[in-house]
Amino acid sequence: MSSHLLSLAIWVPIVGALFVFAVGAERRRAARWLSLAVAIAGFLVTLPIVAHFDPAAAGFQFIELAPWIQRFNVQYYLGVDGISVLFIALNSFITVLVVLAGWQVIEDKTSQYMGAFLVMSGLMNGIFSSLDAMLFYVFFEASLIPMYVIIGVWGGPNRVYAAFKFFLYTLLGSLLMLISLIWLFLEAGGTFNLVDWYNLKISLAPQILLFLAFLVAFAVKVPMWPVHTWLPDAHVEAPTGGSVVLAAIMLKLGAYGFLRFSLPIAPDASHELAPLMIGLSLIAVIYIGFVALVQSDMKKLIAYSSIAHMGFVTLGFFIFNQIGMEGALVQMISHGFVSAAMFLCVGVMYDRMHSRQIADYGGVVNTMPKFAALFLFFAMANCGLPATSGFVGEFMVVLGAIKANFWIGFAAATTLILGAAYTLWMYKRVAFGAVANKHVGELTDINAREFVVLGLLAVSVLAMGLYPFPFTDIMHASVDNLLKHVAVSKL
Amino acid sequence: MKAVYLIIPLAPLLGAILAGFAGRAIGRAGAHWVTILGVAVSFFCSLLVFQDVQAGHTFNGTVYTWMQSGGLNMEVGFLIDPLTAVMMIVVTFVSLMVHIYTIGYMAEDPGYQRFFSYISLFTFSMLMLVMSNNFLQLFFGWEAVGLVSYLLIGFWYTRPTAIYANLKAFLVNRVGDFGFLLGIGLIAAYAGSLDYATVFGKSKELATLTEAVTGWPVITAACIGLFIGAMGKSAQFPLHVWLPDSMEGPTPISALIHAATMVTAGIFMVSRMSPLFELSETALSFVIVIGAITALFMALIAIVQTDIKRVVAYSTLSQLGYMTTALGASAYSVAIFHLMTHAFFKAVLFLGAGSVIIAMHHEQDMRRMGGLKKYMPITYLTVLIGALANAGFPPFAGFFSKDSIIEAVQLSQVPGAGFAYLSILAAVFVGGFYSFRLVFFAFHGEERFRHAGAHHGDHGEHGHGHHAEPHESPKVVTVPLILLAIPAVCAGWLIGPMLYGNWFGDAIYIAPAHHGLAHMEEEFHGVIPMVLHGLTSLPFWLALAGAATAWFLYIVRPELPAVIKQKFSFIANILEKKYGFDEFNEWFFAGGARLVGRGLWKGGDQALIDGVAVNGSARAVGWIAGMVRLFQTGHIYQYAFSMIIGVFVLLTLWFNRV
Repeated sequence: MSSHLLSLAIWVPIVGALFVFAVGAERRRAARWLSLAVAIAGFLVTLPIVAHFDPAAAGFQFIELAPWIQRFNVQYYLGVDGISVLFIALNSFITVLVVLAGWQVIEDKTSQYMGAFLVMSGLMNGIFSSLDAMLFYVFFEASLIPMYVIIGVWGGPNRVYAAFKFFLYTLLGSLLMLISLIWLFLEAGGTFNLVDWYNLKISLAPQILLFLAFLVAFAVKVPMWPVHTWLPDAHVEAPTGGSVVLAAIMLKLGAYGFLRFSLPIAPDASHELAPLMIGLSLIAVIYIGFVALVQSDMKKLIAYSSIAHMGFVTLGFFIFNQIGMEGALVQMISHGFVSAAMFLCVGVMYDRMHSRQIADYGGVVNTMPKFAALFLFFAMANCGLPATSGFVGEFMVVLGAIKANFWIGFAAATTLILGAAYTLWMYKRVAFGAVANKHVGELTDINAREFVVLGLLAVSVLAMGLYPFPFTDIMHASVDNLLKHVAVSKL
Repeated sequence: MKAVYLIIPLAPLLGAILAGFAGRAIGRAGAHWVTILGVAVSFFCSLLVFQDVQAGHTFNGTVYTWMQSGGLNMEVGFLIDPLTAVMMIVVTFVSLMVHIYTIGYMAEDPGYQRFFSYISLFTFSMLMLVMSNNFLQLFFGWEAVGLVSYLLIGFWYTRPTAIYANLKAFLVNRVGDFGFLLGIGLIAAYAGSLDYATVFGKSKELATLTEAVTGWPVITAACIGLFIGAMGKSAQFPLHVWLPDSMEGPTPISALIHAATMVTAGIFMVSRMSPLFELSETALSFVIVIGAITALFMALIAIVQTDIKRVVAYSTLSQLGYMTTALGASAYSVAIFHLMTHAFFKAVLFLGAGSVIIAMHHEQDMRRMGGLKKYMPITYLTVLIGALANAGFPPFAGFFSKDSIIEAVQLSQVPGAGFAYLSILAAVFVGGFYSFRLVFFAFHGEERFRHAGAHHGDHGEHGHGHHAEPHESPKVVTVPLILLAIPAVCAGWLIGPMLYGNWFGDAIYIAPAHHGLAHMEEEFHGVIPMVLHGLTSLPFWLALAGAATAWFLYIVRPELPAVIKQKFSFIANILEKKYGFDEFNEWFFAGGARLVGRGLWKGGDQALIDGVAVNGSARAVGWIAGMVRLFQTGHIYQYAFSMIIGVFVLLTLWFNRV
């Protein structure tokens, strides 16, 4: 098996994006079709990665290794395990949907818009497959740029504030991470090879410092309370596609970072600081759940709901049992589908009404029945209804949490009530009721393109809810391996 | 046989999918044919299974592995035993009748196909729930019926009351599910399995464990968690508040979901979990007290309701309370028996009420009815049967099951059983009263609908043709009524085999200490002696007294109720306010949650985090920069001056160095 597939997953979208840029701003039609072709090609190259992935092996697969910056022993070192492989496929899948979602909506600088998403897609595949810390860092930082541009150029009226807030917040975290990486480089005798770092002995105090430095970097991305306030602003100002990628993929980078760096490099600190992490996660679930309840802007509400759902992810990581950790990973993938769908649903309405305010809606089901049905389906997935993907992760994490400590499970399970309350209350005010005003009365139901986008997501959500076996099957060996690794002290 | 088990839930699912996604293509008739066919197949297969189970063939097996993680096998599978078989018959039979009835009831509704799709989807979900052999699938069915209930209560989605009610129903159920999930979680954590058989096999072991963090006995905590789920789904006090509001949905679903089947899921679940509940006296005690409160206090509300559907709804709450007390008294088979008889007679009452509502052109207020008996003889007769059964008069179905519950509770030794006994006895009187109040109020007496037109402005859109004579409903409505009335009369005669023939076998476990039922078996000598004995027993006379009171107040002296209401306005007020639960929940939980949310958002996110930390640090940077900028004046003499000062300072340090 030739193993340049990961390189292809990274570079096909990025190189394709260059061609899209070259099409120019005027030829919108050509830019769209070319972008779609590139996105689909990017998705297709990830399929053999998933198909030929050996779920029984715990180590990294599809490894590519080449020197990059020899002076600092930085390598172009790629590989995936059961934890990262699904995110590459998810990311490339979401990219196709984002291109489709922006099809008729983005009339301004279409080629740049599409190109930016393709570049981002490639960079994020790079993040999920880097096994060299410096390579990871380059991809991690580089991915900020296209998102910054997307919010800053195609965003809403307050886009500059939001873009700055997003950029500064995440940059602050990254700087601390860079310092940690350099420290580890020196400590490991001059290598950025992650696999080598995993076996490094580190005493507790530096472990804790390392953990905290990584925590700042990753907590901002997840985002965890209290460094989450950039997310609602960024979502509100971002164009629909930006919100989709932000929620579906970018938030996962932080969570992924915990698994790739914090846990295996600083296992003792992870155990030491687990109560802090669990506390912050539960605050995200409960505090943010209440905050989501009172939002009047749909995008803000879904943004807050994302934070609450990501709280489940970090909770699952730090209770240190298999069902919790796998549940967290499942939740990450599911949230990729569900939050993407929720933002797309808001986008569908925004494109027609140019408002995100709940109060401007009411009775949408009367004029957009097909849309309302899909929207309800995703809303139900968002509140974790069984047979949707949203249930699987939450159920697993709650079971894992109860196993770890009853009260943690108790606090986590409140999402059952809070999640339903904020999601369905919003749905009630937007979709149900008599037609609220003449703008709602003039709405047209979703077109074929929108139906395809939402339909694909609905099928994914349902499939994962009815048969999550393959999703967890692929991650067993790697998660097991990680948990075993974390259980051994490095002192 | 495994194929048959699969067909039973999948046939209605297929119907639901066809009616839902291809509703326009197959048309209205197509939609009702395809769903009725699906449910009919399911019903006949259930009969086959029932026969097979009676022949002693039970089944416990996996359909597919849903997921594996952390040593926990999560599967989709079926457990077919006598308990399941009874539930399957009840669910599919009532569902079939309701499907047929719907043709008439929803004839003019634009959402015809959607409605059929939903009720078939419900049938699928309910069957998955009762046929499950594990906690995961149980939870799936549990939430899925909740979803369909949400969809159906809000079926008329333009009505503000309907969409308020469906949100409320979903959220209150979610409160129950919260407990339910914790119960399942405890079982998964301590038994290491979600499979019924495995968990029950370890029940003795579980009973010896205490929860690691809380120090609670695991089995009690798990059972109470599970029962909180049942309190939500089966509308037990104080989570009962959603059920009366659910009457906003079309009447056929009130019969199917909110009387006969879904709300009994909690009763079924506790019976299924009898090997666990039997090991926790505390849990049983909790169950019996909650059930008793529900049985009596909900019945009391029924006597002041004037909406015909709401009377039946509160009566349902009360009857569910009876079933729950039976569970608490370890009389699981009696609870299931009452569940079955209740499914029939309550479906009759609801569908009868629906028939009246059709005749009254969607008027539900009994104050604008009266004297309907001669216009709708079939409806009258069936409702009368339903009322007799509901009040527990022999030899109607409700008598056998209700009487057995009372007896079982009397014999129970669980703490709280004494209170429960008194409560349900009192509820018998109240039940007799409200049942016959409904009959007399709606069907006898003055024909108040004749002069209803005057104060009827607010119902203008439904008011068309109001002066026409009411007439009997079409056959699609009356035939299901009659078919359901038959078991409402006779289902009770199965008492011998169902309660005393070890019919449930291993499906229900009763601890040797809870031998009330065995004692009752010694006393039981057949249906006719039981009826004869019933005629001399206290519950019969209480029910009769209730019915007589209704007769006196609504036939003999119809002016009296208003007077009594005025005299006892304090009590009437409490009952009419339903003890103030709705106001309290609205104020405390809904208002409180919004208040907390707003406080955390404005105070936490906006003021503290963004205001102080984020924008504050930005301001601090700006302030420092502003200060530093003051030194950059651009005047050469100032720079020269600072240079000179600097040189002096450095020189001083240099000369004073050690």
